[in-house]
Amino acid sequence: MAIISKLKKISDTVWEVPADYKEGMRVPARIYGTEKLVTEMDEGVLEQTTNVATLPGIEKYALCMPDGHWGYGFPIGGVAAMDERSGVISPGGIGFDVNCGMRLVLTSLTYDEIREHLRRLVDRLFERVPAGIGCSGFVKVSQDEFRTMVEKGAQWCVEKGYGWAEDLERTEEFGRVGGADASKISQKAVERGYKQIGTLGSGNHYLEIQVARSENIFDPALAKALGINIADQVAVMFHCGSRGFGHQVATDYLQTFLKVMGPKYGIRTPDRELACAPFLSPEGQDYFAAMKCAINMSFANRQVILHRVREVFSEVLRKDPVDLGMHQVCDVAHNTARLEMHDVGGRQKRLLVHRKGATRALGPGAEGLPALYRLTGQPVIIGGSMETGSYLLTGVDSGEQTFFSTAHGSGRTMSRHKAKKMFHGKTLQRDMERRGIYVRTASLSGLAEEAGPAYKDIDEVVQATQAAGISKIVARFVPVGNVKG
Amino acid sequence: MPFEYIDDIAIADVAFRAVGQTVEEMFIAAAEATMGAMVERLEAIEPREARQIALSSPALDMLLFNLLQEIIFFKDAEQLLLRIESLTITSDEAQYGAKASARGEQIDSGRHETIVDVKAVTLHRFTVEQTARGWECFVILDI
Repeated sequence: MAIISKLKKISDTVWEVPADYKEGMRVPARIYGTEKLVTEMDEGVLEQTTNVATLPGIEKYALCMPDGHWGYGFPIGGVAAMDERSGVISPGGIGFDVNCGMRLVLTSLTYDEIREHLRRLVDRLFERVPAGIGCSGFVKVSQDEFRTMVEKGAQWCVEKGYGWAEDLERTEEFGRVGGADASKISQKAVERGYKQIGTLGSGNHYLEIQVARSENIFDPALAKALGINIADQVAVMFHCGSRGFGHQVATDYLQTFLKVMGPKYGIRTPDRELACAPFLSPEGQDYFAAMKCAINMSFANRQVILHRVREVFSEVLRKDPVDLGMHQVCDVAHNTARLEMHDVGGRQKRLLVHRKGATRALGPGAEGLPALYRLTGQPVIIGGSMETGSYLLTGVDSGEQTFFSTAHGSGRTMSRHKAKKMFHGKTLQRDMERRGIYVRTASLSGLAEEAGPAYKDIDEVVQATQAAGISKIVARFVPVGNVKG
Repeated sequence: MPFEYIDDIAIADVAFRAVGQTVEEMFIAAAEATMGAMVERLEAIEPREARQIALSSPALDMLLFNLLQEIIFFKDAEQLLLRIESLTITSDEAQYGAKASARGEQIDSGRHETIVDVKAVTLHRFTVEQTARGWECFVILDI
């Protein structure tokens, strides 16, 4: 049954579930989306968003973004802010793929200038950025060095020559979140991850060559300020996370929290995947410090991949990456918990904001925003399916309503299993090539699971975020080449 | 097959139900379902390397959780695709134990038709239960 019948309409893009909907809810839940999007949302969104509303210390609302769908623990698209003192931290509110996120890098090339090189570029990217199950990367480090790396994040990479200094100020947290403590991570986590720096992974992870066509520039002034200033400009966008390392960190602490949550802290949750501990408890603080290592691993992973992308473009086009104008626009995290100041009842309060499949989107002038984004607001990427394209947006002042959070993708509407039955990988690959998107993939089955119709309409999702006043559309990028994990 | 993948639940991930006449059979079926989410045609995995897995947990369902996590761990840490050949479960007053013999080989993109990477076993709706016909579990894997 459609969940919309159980929701109270607050505006065209905001729908509320009152706090008396379910026993234990401490705050109402609010689901963002147009009527069309919310009508199509699955029952998991309602169940999970209202479960989140029962967590101790939650402030204002349990939120779900317009791309929301059924996840585990939190829904995908879930946002919840906990009071720093009375609230909890939950791995199920962050996800196993800690800091799964996206990076966008521009070039000064037009599509016509790369057209004849496109196949070579994609083929070389496919070779140089390992994708698929259990793949390992080219950066060889000892386990001890890996422990150092996860405390230093992308800064470690730039020190080692994998990137430019300017990349760091264009990455959230300058590529290194403070307080990461490698003594809080397990040996197992290190063993799972230390060979995976610079790898894409699989599932919905991808690396695309894209084009910003003139008709897809929706805010020319903002686009120009962010470096999109020529017609049919070529860009590279990629989506990946903290790989096996982050997955293990989350798994380790999920088990830790299950052991202490009830017996030690007297907390009960409606879903074991919401296992949590008080944020200020020893277990909560340990997880926070370990999770930050996973955030840093992911920043480092994307930094090394950016380095590879520059190498490949330079090799194929026989020009220095600087001359190719390969400047990073931004790097945004999807799965995190961070301490941030927010308005609660007219007072600024420090909150632990969980975002799971949601992007931080700070408005212009916000504290913590690097100088180069001060006028534009934080650039935000909302990634679409590999067939439809992706958007660049910016944060806006009215974003406080969602703790300055917005959507992260288009959101699935069809299970992987069903998509695999409906689409055939090889046929899809051929069809996409006919439509001008050259695809290389580690798995044709995996490709079929990511077919465009398995996702919501990305245009509807980004328009919902704009109409709700949580982010502003700048430009749309269409894919011409794709490396699929 | 003693397991089936289920549509329309946690749609970005993979949900499955596995069954067995004994709890051991059900555990092995769940391990197969986990590997089967990552690789088509499990029979293409040749038994070239062996690993012994010993686990314990105060709860039977968490014993299964740990076993599936081990399969995922070896996939990343050693790039090994493993299938459980035999498994025994013991219990005393304090906890359950599992001893498993697993065989498999390193991922070979030429011979193994990979699908998607399993990141983790989630606890959302995770259940292990005895039924009239034997044992059954329900698992959602994070993709």
